[in-house]
Amino acid sequence: MTSEAVRQIWQALDEVKDPEIPVVSLVEMGIVRDVTINDACVAVTITPTFSGCPALHAMKVDIVEHLHTLGYANVEIKTTFMPAWSTDWITESARVKLRDFGLAPPPIHRGDVNVMLLEVATCPYCGSTNTSLRNSFGPTACRMIYYCNACNQPFEQFKPL
Amino acid sequence: MNANLKQALTDYLVAMADDELILGHRNSEWCGHAPILEEDIAFANIALDEIGHAIVWYELAADLSGEDRDTYANRVVYFRDAPDYRNTQMVELPKGDWAFTMLRQYLFDQFEMVRLEKLTQSSYASLAEAAAKIRTEEIYHLRHTRAWVRRLGLGTDESHRRMQAALNDLWPYALALFEASTRETLLIQASYIPDISILKTAWQVQVTTYLQEAALTMPTNSSHAIPPRTHHTEHLGGLLSDLQQVARLDPMAKW
Repeated sequence: MTSEAVRQIWQALDEVKDPEIPVVSLVEMGIVRDVTINDACVAVTITPTFSGCPALHAMKVDIVEHLHTLGYANVEIKTTFMPAWSTDWITESARVKLRDFGLAPPPIHRGDVNVMLLEVATCPYCGSTNTSLRNSFGPTACRMIYYCNACNQPFEQFKPL
Repeated sequence: MNANLKQALTDYLVAMADDELILGHRNSEWCGHAPILEEDIAFANIALDEIGHAIVWYELAADLSGEDRDTYANRVVYFRDAPDYRNTQMVELPKGDWAFTMLRQYLFDQFEMVRLEKLTQSSYASLAEAAAKIRTEEIYHLRHTRAWVRRLGLGTDESHRRMQAALNDLWPYALALFEASTRETLLIQASYIPDISILKTAWQVQVTTYLQEAALTMPTNSSHAIPPRTHHTEHLGGLLSDLQQVARLDPMAKW
C-alpha cells in the first residue's frame, strides 16, 4: 500500500514543472530526491539546482499544492545538499525536451571541472558545434549564453554544474 | 556539541553570511549600470549567487540556534543594526569604479575558493555539504573575475592605472579577511573549520602570482591596520538603510 502510494506520488511529482523551464518536470531534472510517507504525512526531499536559485520557493509551493489536490493535506518539504545536485542527473528525456525548448542541454561532465568549463555547445536550432560562448551567465542562474556562428542565432545552454 | 562550541560556530557562520550578503548587495548596485549589457547580466547573477549563499549560511546558523530557518534570515538581515553586523570592512566599501568592483570580487572569490575547499572536509557535516555545493558555483565566479582582472590589468594605460589604484586601496582590507577571532581556535580544534593562517598562505601565493601576471605591483605598505569585524565604516549604515527600508516600514507585511 505505502509503496504503491509512494509510486503514485513520484508519478504526480513528474507533472510538477520547473518554474523557469516549464517543459521539464522536477523529477526529470533530478531535483526530487526522496519521497516518504508516514501515516498521512508526506515528506518530499528536494535538492536545489543552484543554491541561490530564486525559483526554489516556487518549486516548494508547487509541490505542496499539487499533492494537496491528490488529497495529501500534510506535506513536508525538506532540502538537502547531500549529494550536491549535478546537471548529470538531468534525464535523457529531459535533455531532448530542453533542446526542443531552445535550451542546449549541459554536457555530461562526471564531476570533471575541465569538461564543465569547455566552451563548446551544440546549437539547439541547427545542431552545429561552430558556436562561441558569449556569457557564462544568463537570464537565470542556471543558464549561459552562446552564439551559433552557423545559423547566426544566439541561444542558451544549461550551465553544467 | 557544547554551548561554547555551538555559539562559536554560529558566530562563524553569521560572519560568513554577512560577508556574502553585504558584498552581494553592493554588487547589485551595478544592476542596470554595468559598462556593457552582457556584464550587467553576469554581475547581477554573481550578486544573486552571493546573496543565495548568504541564505545557506544563515540557515545553518538557524539550525544550530534551534531557530526557524524560514524566519531567521529575514530577521537578522532586516532587523539588525550596523554595529551587530559581522562582515569584514572590505565588502561594505562603496562600489567605486569597475576596476575596484572587479578586483574586490576577485580577491573575495579567491578567498572563498581556498576556504570552501577546506570546508568541504569540515567535521560538521552540514557545513561540509553546503561548502561542496557552493564551491561548484564559485568556480564560475572565479573564472569570470580572473578574466576581468587580466583584461583590465593588461588593457589600456587607464584601465591599468585604475586597477593599480584599486589594488593599493583594497590590499589592507583584503588581508583583514584573514584576521581570526580568538574563539575560532575552538572551532579549529574541533576540525569544524580550517586554520585561517593556512588559508592565508595559499591565497596570498595565488593572488600575488596572478596579479603580477596582470602587470600589477603588489603594495608593500600593509601597515594600514583594518579594525576587526565588530567595527564598521560609515558606509555600512548607508547600505543597510537602503537594504532594510521597506522591511522596516511594515515589519508585519506578508509578501
